[in-house]
Amino acid sequence: MKAESRLESVLDNQFFTVTAECGPPRGADPEVIRKKAGLLKGCADAFNITDNQTSVVRMSSIAAAVILMQQGLEPIMQMVCRDRNRIAIQSDILGASALGIRNILCLSGDHQKFGDHPTAKNVFDLDSIQLIQTVKQMRDESKFISGEEIKSPPRLFIGAAENPFADPFELRVVRLAKKVAAGVDFIQTQCVFNLDKFEQWMRMVCDRRLDENVYILAGVTPLKSLGMANYIKNSVPGMDIPDELINRIKGVPKEKREEEGIAICVESIERIKKIKGVKGVHIMAIEWEEKVKEIAKRASLLPRPEV
Amino acid sequence: MIIAKRKPIEKILSMIAPHRKVLVVGCGGCVTVCSAGGENEVRILSSALRMAQAKEGYEVEVQETTIERQCDPEYIEPLRKFVGEVDAILSMACGAGVQFVAEKLKNIAVYPALDTSFIGVTEEQGVWTERCHACGDCKLDRTAGICPIARCSKSLLNGPCGGSVKGKCEVNPEIDCGWQLIWDRLKMMGLEKRFEEIIPINDWSTSRDGGPRKIVREDLKL
Repeated sequence: MKAESRLESVLDNQFFTVTAECGPPRGADPEVIRKKAGLLKGCADAFNITDNQTSVVRMSSIAAAVILMQQGLEPIMQMVCRDRNRIAIQSDILGASALGIRNILCLSGDHQKFGDHPTAKNVFDLDSIQLIQTVKQMRDESKFISGEEIKSPPRLFIGAAENPFADPFELRVVRLAKKVAAGVDFIQTQCVFNLDKFEQWMRMVCDRRLDENVYILAGVTPLKSLGMANYIKNSVPGMDIPDELINRIKGVPKEKREEEGIAICVESIERIKKIKGVKGVHIMAIEWEEKVKEIAKRASLLPRPEV
Repeated sequence: MIIAKRKPIEKILSMIAPHRKVLVVGCGGCVTVCSAGGENEVRILSSALRMAQAKEGYEVEVQETTIERQCDPEYIEPLRKFVGEVDAILSMACGAGVQFVAEKLKNIAVYPALDTSFIGVTEEQGVWTERCHACGDCKLDRTAGICPIARCSKSLLNGPCGGSVKGKCEVNPEIDCGWQLIWDRLKMMGLEKRFEEIIPINDWSTSRDGGPRKIVREDLKL
């Protein structure tokens, strides 16, 4: 075991793994996290805590991850390269490990243009691949980026994201290969709505036998409304929602659209389970945490295994 | 070259508001080529200042001159004769020129008429785009001659982020995705394998992170 995280055990023991997402609040109230923890407990094996997602200032991912742990849930601390240089990144990695956090998700980070402080200066001292290398070197070689020795190395299971739907498509598998070469342990993909394209991507992943060297979890997001579906389709870069999905939501009366969104999500999970090389799902119910249990249950993912 | 653009006239007017005798100084270097601060632009700005101030009901004496370059001391020297004759200098050079004129002439107010934008190229008549961040350690040999530091909005060194769509950057559809350009050119040259190499963590100490930079060439010193 690299980090002795629960997530690592579930994956190592070949269970079809479930992760979910928990966004920290835009304030200092820990109750918001505790309430979300109550809704999410038992629904997944580990829970992502986003790091100032979409460049909007929120409670720090380390703090929110610790609050989640106090509720008995295992966090996956997200870390972006946008806001910290290598000094702050390594310092936060040590701090997170000291606090008992055992999973990290290494991300470049959305550009600050999309957030609530578009006039901010960004950092990007490292990119996401170099961040993976950094955590791995710190954990496995007990060395800082500088090469100096770490007395007590951090213990973290290393994750990263990949977007099979961004361009250039042919580069998406190669980029995954770079992340694997950098030492990533697990991958969570961007939300999968276009299953045909995802299957095509996974075939390319398996052709390169990358699935043998990294655990891949497919991202899913329940669509809450037609407005949300249209917004994601038209305004979120790198997202792919097929027209037939939009039409399916459009085709049911307004009051039944939430249910349709859940049904689509459950069907997607059922189909994802059959795709070669996929080891689990990552349920991103954006500000809709109360539905994660229902989705997991209907997709026959509950109860989660004891490991 | 260094690409700049003129500040809005209102901003320039408010900067020089306390002064009654102003010298507008153009630069014959980069800003002449990118039509921001050469002889032509000096003439246009000077007459705009005269007109605007006449409208406001006060008179300002605006003189004009353009020197070869504002980043070389010998060309700045002739400006010295204006010190005492005018109250302020409005420099139409890049930020380096504005500072060097102020540094050399010492006892006179020097104001910037331009916003210095970037190191770039003339993509077509009237269109300039950024190419270089002057990081001090050129890596163009590894990235098919296209710089990821200057051309990727996040300066990512190992490929495009998840926001690259149809060749465009998530920040703005007017911006080409730098990594799409790099990939296309690698492919064109049959160098796809090069993308698979991980570019290591960068040494930014040669960039502005190492503090203000200096180059000394002993062989050229007098």
